[in-house]
Amino acid sequence: MAGGGVQRVGTIEEAGATRAAILDEIIAAQRRRRRWFRGQFAIVWIVLVGIVGLFLWSAGRVSWEFIASSGPYILGGAGVTILVSVVAMVMAIGLALLGALGRLSINAIFNSVASLYVSLVRGTPLLVQIYFIFFALPQAGIVLAAIPAGILALGFNYGAYMTEIFRAGIQAVPRSQREAAQALGMPEGLVFRRIVLPQAVRIVIPAIGNDFIAMIKDSALLSTISVTELLWRATRVGRSERQVLAAIAIAAVVYWILTIFFSYFQDKLEKRMARGDR
Amino acid sequence: MTASYAPGQPLPQHLGEVIVEARGIEKYFGDHHVLRGVDLDVHRREAVMIIGRSGSGKTTLLRCLNFLEEPTVGSVEVDGLRVEADPLRARSRAHQEQIRQIRLRASMLFQEFALFPHMTVLGNCIESPTRVRGIGRDEAVTLADKFLDKVGLRDKRDEYPARLSGGQKQRVAIARALCMEPKVLLFDEPTSALDPELIGEVLKVMEELAHEGTTMIVVTHEMHFAREAADRVIFMEDGVIAEQGPPEQVLNNPHDARTRNFLRRFLET
Repeated sequence: MAGGGVQRVGTIEEAGATRAAILDEIIAAQRRRRRWFRGQFAIVWIVLVGIVGLFLWSAGRVSWEFIASSGPYILGGAGVTILVSVVAMVMAIGLALLGALGRLSINAIFNSVASLYVSLVRGTPLLVQIYFIFFALPQAGIVLAAIPAGILALGFNYGAYMTEIFRAGIQAVPRSQREAAQALGMPEGLVFRRIVLPQAVRIVIPAIGNDFIAMIKDSALLSTISVTELLWRATRVGRSERQVLAAIAIAAVVYWILTIFFSYFQDKLEKRMARGDR
Repeated sequence: MTASYAPGQPLPQHLGEVIVEARGIEKYFGDHHVLRGVDLDVHRREAVMIIGRSGSGKTTLLRCLNFLEEPTVGSVEVDGLRVEADPLRARSRAHQEQIRQIRLRASMLFQEFALFPHMTVLGNCIESPTRVRGIGRDEAVTLADKFLDKVGLRDKRDEYPARLSGGQKQRVAIARALCMEPKVLLFDEPTSALDPELIGEVLKVMEELAHEGTTMIVVTHEMHFAREAADRVIFMEDGVIAEQGPPEQVLNNPHDARTRNFLRRFLET
């Protein structure tokens, strides 16, 4: 249309319709491209997992019977895994909150106790802590069953790591929030409970979600003290039926599925939290 | 009285008795001597504006008045409650309680608004009245509606702060402070974090409050606003009050060379 004489290209309505058609086409093309990407993605996963699976299946002489007979038993361990992880997580959150308050406290005793807890737990392997509680404490007269001992070890361990997360979360709440609450006459406890903590919790939720997923996998260590969770069951039936490969593979897949499931859930939660801020 | 209203000036008729009385306020940050002995009397219904270059100690003085900064030396009396600075035992329960009582009398507004992001506008306004003043929820809501109406934001009462503009946030913060019915409002550069086109709506609310006789102490860079709304302008420099008096005098006809210098530079930039 630029330059030249008058050139009739159509009415405004027609131009609008063309424009809309072009836009539709672009959107459709983008959608196709996204779908193609996802398709390729899924195919690569299926092929790779399939190749590895088939190879192991034939080379390891995996039997269907074993999977059919022992699969449900191994799968039942997932319940123990989740139970142990959830209870330990609740304990860890409580310890972490106390720990963070201690680490931020101007009270020397409270502060040093919390710091010692974090230093000691982070400075020793989780497996050593599990052994200590289950195998070593009985010598001092403290005897715990496997599941409580395992929960205690996991909870203590994660509580220490999460102490640092909570501390960072509390410190990430702007100082002006605390000051505004004080300026409105709120006493210290109320400032923390109503203003600082709710905002800190939002900040730390993604990190806590990550830790929960990590804990599900670390709970496999409890198989060493005969907690009847996923890995323990898998090794037990795998060894007695001489199908260790299949048994361990089943356990691995179940961990993987659990992780994907909780990651998805965490992602949703994070998105919902973020929406509240807009 | 060491902190006379203004040297050689009679007390304007509409002002009441002294309600804020700060004596010998000194503040060190480490070796840095930020406030070097400030005496300040503010009268009921008075609007006092504090001006001065950054680093002159004006914000620190304001923060010392309700102990968001503990003065190193000095005392503050608000509406009959006198608190001595006690930096060595600043965290003691008794001292904290006294400070809290001061804050109930003199509430602070901040440059960055500091609305609670996890509560609605109404939640922000009734949180402290219900939990600190102990008034019932219904009464607190009525009070909140009244003050939100005053700042023109009653229709936003169910919004979260993230949905508000900066100017609206600061107006909500003012309503929130008013809901505690303090005797004095302290404003720390309330428009400094705002986009230029939003400053006016906040200043308008503050000007109305000043004309209605709200006692307020305002740290500000808005000279025009100070001229319109102030009963008294205080110019601070190097941690002391260098000059104070009615706005016409301090802003148009300053006696002190430092004030003249400041105003000249301020008007140039």
